[in-house]
Amino acid sequence: MAENLLAIEDLKTYFYTPSGVVKAVDGVSFSLKKGETLGVVGESGSGKSITAMSILQLIPSPPGKIAGGRIVFNGDNLLEKSEEEIRRIRGNDISMIFQDPMTSLNPVLTIGEQLTEVIVLHQKLDKTAAAARAAEMLRLVGIPEAEKRLKSYPHEFSGGMRQRAMIAIALSCHPKLLIADEPTTALDVTIQAQILELMNDLKDKFETSIMLITHDLGVVAEVCDHVVVMYAGRPVEYADVETLFEAPLHPYTWGLLASLPKIEERGKQRLEAIEGTPPDLRHMPTGCAFAPRCSKAQTVCREKQPLYRQVREGHYVACHY
Amino acid sequence: MTRYIIKRLLGLIPVIIGVSICAFLLIHLIPGDPARAILGERATPESLAAVREQLGLNDPLHIQYLRFMGQLIQGDFGRSVITNSLVIEEFAERFPATMELSIAAMTIAILVGVLAGVISAVKQYSWFDNISMIGALFGVSVPIFWLGLMMQWLFAFKLGLLDASARLSVELRLDNITNFYVLDSILTGNWEALFDSLKHLILPSLALATIPMAIIARMTRSSMLEVLRQDYIRTARAKGLKEKVVIFRHALKNAFLPVLTVMGLQFGTLLGGAVLTETIFSWPGIGRLMYEAIMQRDFPVVQSGILIISLIFVFINLVVDILYSFVDPRIRVN
Repeated sequence: MAENLLAIEDLKTYFYTPSGVVKAVDGVSFSLKKGETLGVVGESGSGKSITAMSILQLIPSPPGKIAGGRIVFNGDNLLEKSEEEIRRIRGNDISMIFQDPMTSLNPVLTIGEQLTEVIVLHQKLDKTAAAARAAEMLRLVGIPEAEKRLKSYPHEFSGGMRQRAMIAIALSCHPKLLIADEPTTALDVTIQAQILELMNDLKDKFETSIMLITHDLGVVAEVCDHVVVMYAGRPVEYADVETLFEAPLHPYTWGLLASLPKIEERGKQRLEAIEGTPPDLRHMPTGCAFAPRCSKAQTVCREKQPLYRQVREGHYVACHY
Repeated sequence: MTRYIIKRLLGLIPVIIGVSICAFLLIHLIPGDPARAILGERATPESLAAVREQLGLNDPLHIQYLRFMGQLIQGDFGRSVITNSLVIEEFAERFPATMELSIAAMTIAILVGVLAGVISAVKQYSWFDNISMIGALFGVSVPIFWLGLMMQWLFAFKLGLLDASARLSVELRLDNITNFYVLDSILTGNWEALFDSLKHLILPSLALATIPMAIIARMTRSSMLEVLRQDYIRTARAKGLKEKVVIFRHALKNAFLPVLTVMGLQFGTLLGGAVLTETIFSWPGIGRLMYEAIMQRDFPVVQSGILIISLIFVFINLVVDILYSFVDPRIRVN
């Protein structure tokens, strides 16, 4: 069994707002093995992105603060590192791509400038060598006429090409971990498939592990090895992708799976939806956070928070049943 | 690019016509007889008639305007009715003084304003932010003539550090090449004059810089705050870049655009509007020339002054528009 590249243990990231403490991430634990793709799924506000931002300590502070837990990467706890040490890890050992390629690139710098700056910074190459590496990266992500394109500005690129450029920037220092925060959400479906395929190819080429944040279970089924399902700032279920799709244990996971449209039921009925809305993160219910929306909820669910426990080898769930 | 500039220059024509009509009508907007207004109550009928003849006031209005424009196109801006010297020569002589003062003021305003704005945005709600924004509010609200007088009193009369009026001490000689005294001192190697002209330049340029500095600081702060929230700033941080690089390379370049607009407008205003500062500091620039012309009802000088200042203003904004395309590739014109 491959060793853990990243292990998050009981991570707590809180936002101290005037209207109360928002516990955006409240006790998240999961791990990611070398070479695997881990899917992190959950609806908006479930703490997926905040977890990812916490890893690189990009949480805007104030109001955000990592209030507890450990983030162990390659054997070191990142939360104990200095700002300077974290900076050397960002973009180098761990890099990140974001949801909206239209706004994630700086509009007044050329693609080449944005690409070479990270190479010069971490790889200590001179300008010429960095430019050569940059052109090579653009070719790798499938951008034609790479040398010429280095001089282009982001507005001269289409959405899909910008995300390719983002991937080129993220992978240019051959990171051990790539955090992809909804990398395909803003793209249309054909481009989505291309970008996912590209990420998969480059993952093998660079021996990079991927943490893929998404709310799209179709994407998860396609590319992930393991999945962690998050709800209201906590993980509710973790399993390998087959188990999760075939034998999900948590009612929230059932709900997510049921809400996927199925071709054989087309036109016959409305899409399944999970009743209700996620809880206010400032005023969490005492028991299970999902209890108010759960069809199977019992008295104990409303009174006691369920433990996140291992029910079978490699299958974790936080549910009383 | 050349085509763009030509297009913009052609666009100036209606502006010039509009301004020229305003400047031309000025002489007719004051109540009563312009000739009497120039010469005063006790003028003889003969001298009144002579001035009317000189200004061409006996012709119908549209003929007067056409003549006015015809002379302008030939570069004839008329003669002062007080000194009888050519208006264009008076302006040419005074212009470098105003230019020197404005450039000095603008340099101070940009350096201090942009830096204060950036630090305020990065350290939002810190003591620095609070103090500099209160300072900026003071800067836009304080009457310049009052501030100028206070500065003269403190630095020139009480402390004796700087000079309060004129461009150079009377006992000093300086060969004029460009009429920019600081530049001329350097060109002729006259270090005593350089030191002296700088001592004269500091107070008026500080006074003149106050308003643009405050506006630029506030503009930079709000623009930076907006940019710092953008996704690409998060990307820059996620790359592991130093905060300094994130702020100055990634954020400031984006935040600079609206600031550039303000700079252009302010610079134009400075060039034309240094009237108060030049008057208080006895600075022999076009602001003071205009002030004197207005006081003496020297209409040809006032008319041409308005035209020339408007043209400079429009020209500076054209330069800013062209600079835009260097800062923002999205509006780069082919």
